[in-house]
Amino acid sequence: MQPEGKRQVQDHSLDRSLDIVSLISIGQHPQSGRVRRAEQDGRAVELGMNLAEKHTVLHAGDPLQQALRSYAGMGLSEVQVLDLGPRADAVPALVEYLQDHRPDIVLTGVRAESGESSGMVPYLLAEKLNWPVVARVADIVSVENGVAELLLALPRGQRRALKVPLPFVATIDNAAPEARQSAYGPGRRAQVESLDAVIEDDQTRSDWVEAKAKPRPKRLKVVKAKTAAERFKAATAKPQGESGKVLKDMPAAEQAREIFDLLLEEKVIS
Amino acid sequence: MSDVLRRDPRAEWIARNRLHPLHGTVSVGDEAEVRGPSGLLRKNPHKVGFIGPNGIKRIDRLKGNGNTVAMGRRSSGPQEVLLPLHSVEQPDFYIVVVPDMVGGRLTSQDKDILGQAHKLARGIEGGNEQQGAVVAVCFGESKEEGFDTAGVDRLILLDSEEYQGFCPEQQLAALVQIEASYQPKHWLFPDSVNGGADLGARLAARLGERPAVQAWQVDHETTVSRGASGSIDISRTTPHILMLVEECADPIDETRHEAQPLALESIPRAIAQLQDQGQVAVDPNAIPLAEAEFILSAGNGIHNWDQFHDTATALGATEGASRVAVDDGFMPRFRQVGATGTWVTARVYLAVGISGAIQHMQGIGQCDKVIAINTDAGCDMVKRAALSAIGDSEEILAELLKLAQEHRAKQSEEGDQHAA
Ligand SMILES: Cc1cc2nc3c(=O)[nH]c(=O)nc-3n(C[C@H](O)[C@H](O)[C@H](O)COP(=O)(O)OP(=O)(O)OC[C@H]3O[C@@H](n4cnc5c(N)ncnc54)[C@H](O)[C@@H]3O)c2cc1C
Repeated sequence: MQPEGKRQVQDHSLDRSLDIVSLISIGQHPQSGRVRRAEQDGRAVELGMNLAEKHTVLHAGDPLQQALRSYAGMGLSEVQVLDLGPRADAVPALVEYLQDHRPDIVLTGVRAESGESSGMVPYLLAEKLNWPVVARVADIVSVENGVAELLLALPRGQRRALKVPLPFVATIDNAAPEARQSAYGPGRRAQVESLDAVIEDDQTRSDWVEAKAKPRPKRLKVVKAKTAAERFKAATAKPQGESGKVLKDMPAAEQAREIFDLLLEEKVIS
Repeated sequence: MSDVLRRDPRAEWIARNRLHPLHGTVSVGDEAEVRGPSGLLRKNPHKVGFIGPNGIKRIDRLKGNGNTVAMGRRSSGPQEVLLPLHSVEQPDFYIVVVPDMVGGRLTSQDKDILGQAHKLARGIEGGNEQQGAVVAVCFGESKEEGFDTAGVDRLILLDSEEYQGFCPEQQLAALVQIEASYQPKHWLFPDSVNGGADLGARLAARLGERPAVQAWQVDHETTVSRGASGSIDISRTTPHILMLVEECADPIDETRHEAQPLALESIPRAIAQLQDQGQVAVDPNAIPLAEAEFILSAGNGIHNWDQFHDTATALGATEGASRVAVDDGFMPRFRQVGATGTWVTARVYLAVGISGAIQHMQGIGQCDKVIAINTDAGCDMVKRAALSAIGDSEEILAELLKLAQEHRAKQSEEGDQHAA
């Protein structure tokens, strides 16, 4: 599935003084709801570990949260935490941190697995810092002369190559290389360093009502038929869209040309 | 010589199984009625009747005597129904939809969101004497012809050269300009991987708005959206910017709309930090079949398998197969398309020598454009297809292979010239 998955880490023609901050959040297991390492954030940490010499893993929230240990278990010596209360907005604290530390690249997941899951944090950071933001990165291929070459994950397994000047914010897609396994012991031993941060409460959110997700109604196929004959037809006939163009009694070369033109027009052949 | 009746159960079984690879060699002849081995009269119901003008099999039970009766009436064919026009002369407010337009056409999600936009507009109109218009903002080349029936009152089509390809920053500049000139009541984006979610988030960050993402139940007062990866519902007052999931509302189907172009002042050229280097070639057979965009699928009508694989490679298509091709061992099981195989979502599905059994059709229900190559003009796949070529698969594939190779050669030549 991932053509670049096989590529070795050494292939990165990278400037080793690259400074990367990976932002991590608290994940949630889709079935049990237990806290865990978030899928995409784990991939962001993995990418950061492979790319940068100076790699900071940063969380905004509760420093005592156990899930942070599963990130640390990937082989990190420490995890930095901006100590925020449960109602605080993470963005101002993160902006202040990033303005002070000025990293080259900030990596995040596409959407958090808990909370509002709006995926707005990278965009808000980029807007406040006035940096470019790139969504759904599958891999960072190289960083040379202050320009990074990225692969974006497009739908249907396609990839797009992109060049972005440093510094920038990137969200990591599920197509990025999978996060390495987390070891329990090193995770316990790693240091969690708590930092003071600006605390601004998230006012808007307090007006919201949150409830357990209701199952969404399935869309029914409603037949808007006016007469009995139409209803009968809708119930019995196979759906038979108007049949298209039929090329009959033509030389094969002409038929092939028509098909090829349609493929070109649909842009499936480039 | 003995007259003991000798039956060959295997040959009979093969004769009954139309899909058996050896079926052609043991066929029992073309007549509808044959004498069986024991002298009994056997009827083959498949050989009775003829294919009528609409491609439907007809059995003439009147033995030709009914002709005179049928002459009297003439059906006028299906009539095009003209839907009532919903016109908005002087809009008091706007609701802007930014559809994904994958491949230059509205997706089903885009249509749902246009339906949602009208639902919102009616809700806002309900209380007072205002009338709102739904504006669609489309980037890049458009092949859509059904803007009017999809519910577009006003259309902003930005297809000049700076909007071609990947250009979220330029698109954002255009959206900011629209916000300034028309102050829309709401912005609706599809919450999709096709760029809608990205663009919506960019606009929300630029305008300093808090959007509702994964919204699935929206009216003019409250919005319910999913949070925490789909495990909670968040209810809030409907915000300015919304990103909506699929099937959030019913698409428009009972009215026609004006789809008038809406003027826009010149949009400043954004400074592009993201430099697009174009799409990267990926191995088409490494893409999961369910996700592949372009599938070349083989059925019982393929006899030259090397040629089929070569064509798929030359066209850059992912390979698929019908069940018969898989059962006969020509293709691996994971390539099977259909009810017991994979349900594919390809935008273009090229079916070669596939008759279109219902179990196969179920698997390609979501495909946009189906192209058929078949010897039988009356088969179901030809009825489903947007374009069908009637002829021998081997000949047509050979020509197609030649065209694809010429195309590749021409392109690499151009590429060389570009580099030089
Ligand atoms: C429970 C069940 C589940 C099934 N699930 C699936 C499924 O998931 N997927 C699936 O595909 N099938 C499935 N089937 C089988 C399905 O019913 C059909 O038998 C099968 O799809 C037919 O495959 P085909 O179109 O390749 O073969 P055929 O029906 O034999 O069609 C061959 C076609 O090729 C054409 N042809 C022949 N020679 C040439 C030539 N030289 N050039 C061009 N055209 C030519 C013929 O005109 C014909 O239209 C299922 C069946 C059952 C009972």
